[in-house]
Amino acid sequence: MIARYQAIEQVLSHVQDADLLISTTGMISRELFTLDDRPGNFYMIGSMGLASAMSLGLAIQAPHKRVFVLEGDGSAMMNLGTLPLIASEAPSNLVHIILDNEAYESTGGQPSISSKFDLAQTAAAAGYPWTRRVDDIEELEAALSEAKQGSQLSLILVKCGIAPIEGIPRVSHTPEEIRDRFQEAVQS
Amino acid sequence: MDAHEFWAALKARGLNFFSGVPDSTFQGAYNVMVNDPDIRYVPAVREDVALGIASATYFVGKPGKPGGLGGVIMQNSGVGNLINSLTSFNLMYKIPALLVVGWRGYGGPPNDAPEHWIMGAKTPQFFDLLEVPYEILEPDNLDSALDRLLANIKERSIPGALLVRAGVIS
Repeated sequence: MIARYQAIEQVLSHVQDADLLISTTGMISRELFTLDDRPGNFYMIGSMGLASAMSLGLAIQAPHKRVFVLEGDGSAMMNLGTLPLIASEAPSNLVHIILDNEAYESTGGQPSISSKFDLAQTAAAAGYPWTRRVDDIEELEAALSEAKQGSQLSLILVKCGIAPIEGIPRVSHTPEEIRDRFQEAVQS
Repeated sequence: MDAHEFWAALKARGLNFFSGVPDSTFQGAYNVMVNDPDIRYVPAVREDVALGIASATYFVGKPGKPGGLGGVIMQNSGVGNLINSLTSFNLMYKIPALLVVGWRGYGGPPNDAPEHWIMGAKTPQFFDLLEVPYEILEPDNLDSALDRLLANIKERSIPGALLVRAGVIS
């Protein structure tokens, strides 16, 4: 089983300086912030379920940029309707990554319903042209290598374990600092 | 006012990216917009999703220039769907957007259908509570209402709403 922290680290090894990376609320943003606090990171520290929507808007309007979105099973399920919406627009520069630990880990590890169905199959049924479900770090590495080629919209479902990190810091930048440096990264 | 005039006024003020959920209040204007080659429209599934998509416009543009402004098309029944996006995204990060809101249920019963009566009466109060500026579009105030609203949006760098009653845009 992949630890989520390890999965984010693996994703980061494929993210280049010019790439944009939008992360969902809760532990995913905190872990990303702790691993690599790059200006092209947009930590969406509130608004659960909205990270993929903003990523779609960015991918359409900044077609020269590669956009990664990192969210959890909880946030993906909160706005499941964005899956067919993103698929209908199908921006080829968007890599959608769902870190699925089958739980609301940020609020104490309460179980989610993603253990009952497969979000990668859901995305495929919604029209994503390329989806992968990965269960170990080698599969994740292979999927990331293929997805980042950027020829089509892609989605990777990463099945993760629950591995909370004691004392992980909150994002220390103010919301406006996150906004301004991200805007600069988008425009560069 | 004519739908073409409405969109021309928005485009002249730099708005050409919209997302939303349709409303019958501006059905004719909607059809004009989706056929306008100068407007990019993304049909969203919910109003908060539309706001997330349209908010991305703020980040794109040329270096050193102030960010762009995206627009949301919606019915006022979707105001509730916007609240968390406003309070924990746009109002918190100070990311602006223009909300074009069809005002169903204006004036209360017997106007419009029962499902619009309560939100129809309370729509301005929701925006007041959230301290989101709004203007009410009238047949003869397009330029002045837009200029006031956009100045407010840009100065505070937050969303603002243009409330549109049935029949104002033909």
